[in-house]
Amino acid sequence: MFLSHPNHKYILGLLLFLIGLPIWASTWNICSDCKHSSIKKTIAIANAYDTLLIQKGTYREFEILVDKPLVIKGIDYPIVDGEKKGEIFRIQSDDVTLDGLFIINVGVSYTKDNAAIRVVQSKNFLIQNMVLEQLFFGIYLEKSSHGKVYHNRIIGDAVDEYNSGNGIQLWYSTDIEVLKNHVQGTRDGIYLEFSDRITITDNVSMDNLRYGLHFMFSNNDVYSNNTFKNNGAGVAVMFSKFITMKNNAFRKNWGTAAYGMLLKEINDAEIIGNTFEENTIGINIEGSNRIKYTNNDFIGNGWAIRVVGACYTNSFKANNFLYNSFDISYNSKLNDNVFEGNFWSSYTGYDLDKDGIGDVPYRPVKLFSYVVNRTPETIVLLRSLFMDIIDFSERVSPVFTPDNLKDAQPLMKTRP
Amino acid sequence: MFKILKYSFYDLIRSRWSYVYFLFYLALGFVLLFLNNDVSKAVITLMNVIIVLIPLIGTIFGVMYYYNSREFTELLLAQPINRRSIFMGQYFGVAGSLTLSLVLGLGIPFVLYGLLRSNAIFDFTLLLVTGAFLTFIFVGLSFVIAISNENKIKGFGYAVLLWLFLAVVYDGLFLMSLIIFEEYPLDTFSLVATALNPIDLSRILILLKLDISALLGYTGAIFKKFFGTDLGFLVSMAILLLWTILPILGLGHKAKRKDF
Repeated sequence: MFLSHPNHKYILGLLLFLIGLPIWASTWNICSDCKHSSIKKTIAIANAYDTLLIQKGTYREFEILVDKPLVIKGIDYPIVDGEKKGEIFRIQSDDVTLDGLFIINVGVSYTKDNAAIRVVQSKNFLIQNMVLEQLFFGIYLEKSSHGKVYHNRIIGDAVDEYNSGNGIQLWYSTDIEVLKNHVQGTRDGIYLEFSDRITITDNVSMDNLRYGLHFMFSNNDVYSNNTFKNNGAGVAVMFSKFITMKNNAFRKNWGTAAYGMLLKEINDAEIIGNTFEENTIGINIEGSNRIKYTNNDFIGNGWAIRVVGACYTNSFKANNFLYNSFDISYNSKLNDNVFEGNFWSSYTGYDLDKDGIGDVPYRPVKLFSYVVNRTPETIVLLRSLFMDIIDFSERVSPVFTPDNLKDAQPLMKTRP
Repeated sequence: MFKILKYSFYDLIRSRWSYVYFLFYLALGFVLLFLNNDVSKAVITLMNVIIVLIPLIGTIFGVMYYYNSREFTELLLAQPINRRSIFMGQYFGVAGSLTLSLVLGLGIPFVLYGLLRSNAIFDFTLLLVTGAFLTFIFVGLSFVIAISNENKIKGFGYAVLLWLFLAVVYDGLFLMSLIIFEEYPLDTFSLVATALNPIDLSRILILLKLDISALLGYTGAIFKKFFGTDLGFLVSMAILLLWTILPILGLGHKAKRKDF
């Protein structure tokens, strides 16, 4: 009864520690010429809640199973070399901490998702300050919860999608914090599948083959202050609900099939204060409803926002649209979305009453982008004089683009 | 022919208009680079200017020069000089001086702003080469128009119409046909239609070399597959060359037959 509540267990541990009985936590030193030179063997003889200190050196081990609560800490980044034979760490116990290891050479397999660190059905884990290189999958969390992945550096050298893995993958995991990690050169930087209540903050995900961040069927997640740069296709958020995306930067996702962010079947999300800079498509939206876009900056994209279809009751308020080739592309004559109080760099209206709001509504859909949506081949007329002329005439009196798709209160100056 | 070329060329080089033209490009280049220091971005903006302005100026300048130097031409015709070489000389004089203004006017600011050290040098060279081609093409066309029309107003009218057709109306017809026949595969058609108009061809050639070509998406991929290869590049250069040679041949043909 007394020990059943986890807090009581900690209090008991603290008490025993204070009276000087080292029953709970003994420390094991591991180094190549010590008594204990193998991580695997030391784990096998250690007791729960012990600490393993791995000294500097190279340890050629793989399939290390951590099946009891342990703190495994590297001193001066010891190298754990899997020699491309398989998975390296497999954590299958609650309360495990991994700290400060340099893990290389995860085995590539076409039948098994080998990871540098795999956490299976565990709670309260902490994985921090790890460096992973030459990997297949990086950190793979499987049916785990209440953990933290903090300040890791994952550097892959992926070339093809079919034989590379994801940097950080969460599968059926909940209530996890992913904080201050750096992921590059993997297939998907961070991948979530069926994972709810995840917080992803201050990470950098760049130069990945496919997506910087990829959501599938994951709800109630928050990602903020992350940077996604130069990924194969940007960030994809698909089939998820109640996602909050705040203050992220999406940069230089440039290519014929690339975008800053792809939203597909996303409902009730909030997209606030993000920066989309130099992407072929800033946000590609498909079948997404009730999303609030507020205070975002769209700078120098090919298309700032491309609405592909079936998007209702979205609101775009107080965003900056600066120097995009197309501000908005829209494929139907029906519009149920609200555009209000945005700044558009190509707005040419005036403000006679000096209240900072333009007196003439702005129509963000160019006729050209409408035509291109209808007949994609017409894109070859990009930047021709003829297109500039008809865009101008359409803007004066809209015929083809949705009549109510307009910003009735365009800002005269950029939102600060 | 070379004497007349030399004469026309020096005459134009000394004239106010080439200076204005030269200074215009010089100012444009400096202002663009001053506003954004990025050489490769300036190339995109320049492309817009070049594709519209060079044909227009080439056309108007060519017609103007022909009509203005009529008396001198008649004087030359009285001398024992081959007719072809008189007109060829004038043509190359005009086109050459315009091209020189373009190359120097844009070249100087870009070189000063570190073009040689940037990797945009190939794009920039392509820009100048297509600019030169467009100058030669449109000066040639305007000479043909001018020589076939005694009436100055008519000549000017036709020349401007020609420019309007190739720069604006052609794209309009192109767009209409793309939309009308949208049910059919249009890749080959749009390739051919683009290649047939020197202005469109130059635009696509330059666009494909720039980052912005990613916007072209699927269609761009097809274009890139054609124009991006060495063969495609050679074909498009050949088409531009053909566009240059045809007016010159026409000019020679007309000059031989015309009764002054």
